[in-house]
Amino acid sequence: MFDYETLKLIWWLLVGVLLVGFAVMDGHDMGMGALLPFVAKTDSERRALINSVAPHWDGNQVWFITAGGAIFAAWPLVYATAFSGLYFALMAVLWAMFLRPVGFDFRSKVADPRWRSAWDWGIFVGSAVPALLFGVAFGNVLQGVPFHYEGDMRSVYSGTFWALLNPFALLAGVLSLSMIVFHGANYLIVRTEGVLQTRARRAALIFGALMLLLLALCGVLVAGMHGYTLLSAPEAGAVQSPLDKVVAMQTGAWLGNFHKLPLLWIFPALGFLGALLGIVFAAKLKGVLAFVASSVAMLGVIFTTGVAMFPFVLPSSAMPNHSLTLWDCVSSARTLEVMLWVALVMTPIVVAYTGWAYRLMRGKITTAHIEANDHSVY
Amino acid sequence: MIDPAAVDLARLQFAVTALYHFLFVPLTLGMTFMLAIMETVYVKTGNPIYRDMTKFWGKLFGINFALGVTTGLTLEFQFGTNWSYYSHYVGDIFGAPLAIEGLLAFFLESTFVGLFFFGWDRLSKMGHLTVTYLVAIGSNLSAVLILIANGWMQNPVGAAFNPLTMRMELSSFSELVFNPAAQTEFLHTVSSGYVTSAIFVLGISSWYLLKGRDMAFARRSFRIAAAFGLISALSVVVLGDESGFALAERQQTKLAAMEGIWQTEAAPAGLVLFGIPDEAARSNHAEVKIPYVLGLIATRSTDKVLPGIDQLEVTIKRRIESGALAVSALGRMRKDKNDAEAVSQFAAHQADLGYGLLLKKYTDDVLQATPEMLANAVDDAIPPVAPLFWSFRLMMLLGFAFIALFVVAFWASLKNNFERKPWLLRCALWFIPLPWLATQLGWIVAEVGRQPWTVYGVLPTHLSVSSLSASEVLLSLAGFFVFYTLLLIAELYLMFKYARLGPSSLGTGGYHFETVRTKNN
Repeated sequence: MFDYETLKLIWWLLVGVLLVGFAVMDGHDMGMGALLPFVAKTDSERRALINSVAPHWDGNQVWFITAGGAIFAAWPLVYATAFSGLYFALMAVLWAMFLRPVGFDFRSKVADPRWRSAWDWGIFVGSAVPALLFGVAFGNVLQGVPFHYEGDMRSVYSGTFWALLNPFALLAGVLSLSMIVFHGANYLIVRTEGVLQTRARRAALIFGALMLLLLALCGVLVAGMHGYTLLSAPEAGAVQSPLDKVVAMQTGAWLGNFHKLPLLWIFPALGFLGALLGIVFAAKLKGVLAFVASSVAMLGVIFTTGVAMFPFVLPSSAMPNHSLTLWDCVSSARTLEVMLWVALVMTPIVVAYTGWAYRLMRGKITTAHIEANDHSVY
Repeated sequence: MIDPAAVDLARLQFAVTALYHFLFVPLTLGMTFMLAIMETVYVKTGNPIYRDMTKFWGKLFGINFALGVTTGLTLEFQFGTNWSYYSHYVGDIFGAPLAIEGLLAFFLESTFVGLFFFGWDRLSKMGHLTVTYLVAIGSNLSAVLILIANGWMQNPVGAAFNPLTMRMELSSFSELVFNPAAQTEFLHTVSSGYVTSAIFVLGISSWYLLKGRDMAFARRSFRIAAAFGLISALSVVVLGDESGFALAERQQTKLAAMEGIWQTEAAPAGLVLFGIPDEAARSNHAEVKIPYVLGLIATRSTDKVLPGIDQLEVTIKRRIESGALAVSALGRMRKDKNDAEAVSQFAAHQADLGYGLLLKKYTDDVLQATPEMLANAVDDAIPPVAPLFWSFRLMMLLGFAFIALFVVAFWASLKNNFERKPWLLRCALWFIPLPWLATQLGWIVAEVGRQPWTVYGVLPTHLSVSSLSASEVLLSLAGFFVFYTLLLIAELYLMFKYARLGPSSLGTGGYHFETVRTKNN
């Protein structure tokens, strides 16, 4: 049906789509979680916030799990190399995320205020820490990660956990956190009213502005940093092993694709425009439009990173020739094709019933609603 | 060379996190179907007590489910974090069912479980019932897919090694999906989940009956659990027997170890009912044997020989020697892919490549392996006998005990006299922890029995790990230990609290603590 090269390209696009899906869906409940202790003060207010995502957080989290599974299936070398290399960063993400499902479900099952407050902070950590670390991971990938392969394709990571927390990566982390908090605040504008909505609006304005500022700053830094360029690779059609190419590190290389194809500027433009419109709509309390705008902004930011690095997906700073590209980190043609069909059939179905579930549960969640349904809500 | 301590710790971490996850999975698998049954009765009869049953048992299910979701996160990523070489070597095949599990099963289960809990007022009766069924189907589908993945590790079909990419690649998706190992495993695993949930409901209902609380509610729950449990307990044993037959064909080392067959005997072999395996003496002490039975179960014949450990070791030794030639040829091919002699040598010995890799635990240059190294590698290829032998026997014993419990409970439920049998109710209550023990033992038999392989006959466990130091893995293991212990304490606390509260926790005003309070007022 498709030739191998086309399949590889489609899968690069699909991984991007999955990451955007994850950011839009799990992003808004993580943003809610990160805002929970600040936007909501009283117990009923906090329950109102939590119940705005109560029927949905679990489905949203599947975007994270599925992104992991899809990267395993389509880019096994990325799955193997990145997750073992960034070992404690991923452990920190997982351990923080443990606190969310349990926090949501257990928090309101005991009346003791200390129990509830502890889980509120658990939900905060479980939401804010991963949101920060996803950006830190992207920041490190842009700079290159120190790994190489031995002759039998065993990957060896030669960096430390602390080196991941370098200034640029931390800046990218704060960008990702503010983007997700902005998005979560927009969601809360849709689902709350009164004082909660007013506070959510304020959060959206603050974090939207922060996102714009950091996006500009990160953009300037990426333009000036050492990027990677592909000097030579096995010709198309030959078996692509990550060991058989020549890669150079070059200042400003991440702008190369934008020079070659100026149309790509649309992605950074979407990032800025989405954030700007999101702020405007949030200010006017047009929650749904603000939510759409921050979703577009996240799409813009994620794809800007993707096309800047294209065709690289995991550059190696320790041995640039071993960097992974979308051409040589992939599964066999058969696996890519089977998985493509599964994705093409299942993704629209998933999106359809998820949309239906949100429609069914739509409406404002008020503190009065929480108090009237004490036994059946979170 | 790979640090053996790092390998052991990575194995321990996987075992701890997977066994811990598997504390919550069986109850989810079975409970979702029991909830669907209760709600079906509600929709059919319109009797609100069945709605309350669905909601109350659903609350307990939810407490368990939160931990299942939490601990499942680890497993989706742990192949990459701790089993990096495995992920590269077999990701082309193994990643696919994991990704499909997300798209097909987890989304379904997780999206609709939210509506199960919070959609009662927004859905019609039929609408909510459909949602409940979709949750049950979703959770059971995820079991299908993860067992397709695990089944491939037990019986790697539909794949071939590619020397250019240095990994296994998918050759037939349908063989992967319709792997007979996966099918028997799936049916056995989900039925054991159904038994777990049935004993859970039966035991807690019995406690209400013993206390004389919420009798109408508890009686109905008891009946449903007794019937559902009896069918499930019978199918666990039948399908377990089917797995035994499958093992004889595909994993002779696992079968020999768990049955303690040290020496090959004339067909049909006897079944060791009891014995004390002695690894040093390579025999069982105090053996009680039933003649012919194992041969009949495992080969479905009277004349096929079941190889004992003695005979298996001879075959394994030959395969390791042949595999060493494949490993060495592969090394030369990686340096020069036009080396014709290496290519033909590899082709001749490729089938034994995995066995040759067993020597990598002892030396990088497998052709220079000493006879002692070879003997060690042969010894490694037989999984540890005593743990498998005991785990398997204890699991079997529990399986038959469950059948006995459900036969009595079901009979009493037909006679409608179980309320007057406090010994039965007490027995059901004390049975609650046992299915967890049985399912954990089952996991141990399946996974320890696969050693020394991650993928049977293809990739040895010690090569599968990431290049992490032992101290790094120890640190993460300690992290999991702390988190998981705290979460388990919170979970058990809530489970006991809500089980004690019973349906009063629904706040309908019609149950034990609520009516007592009204009376006192």
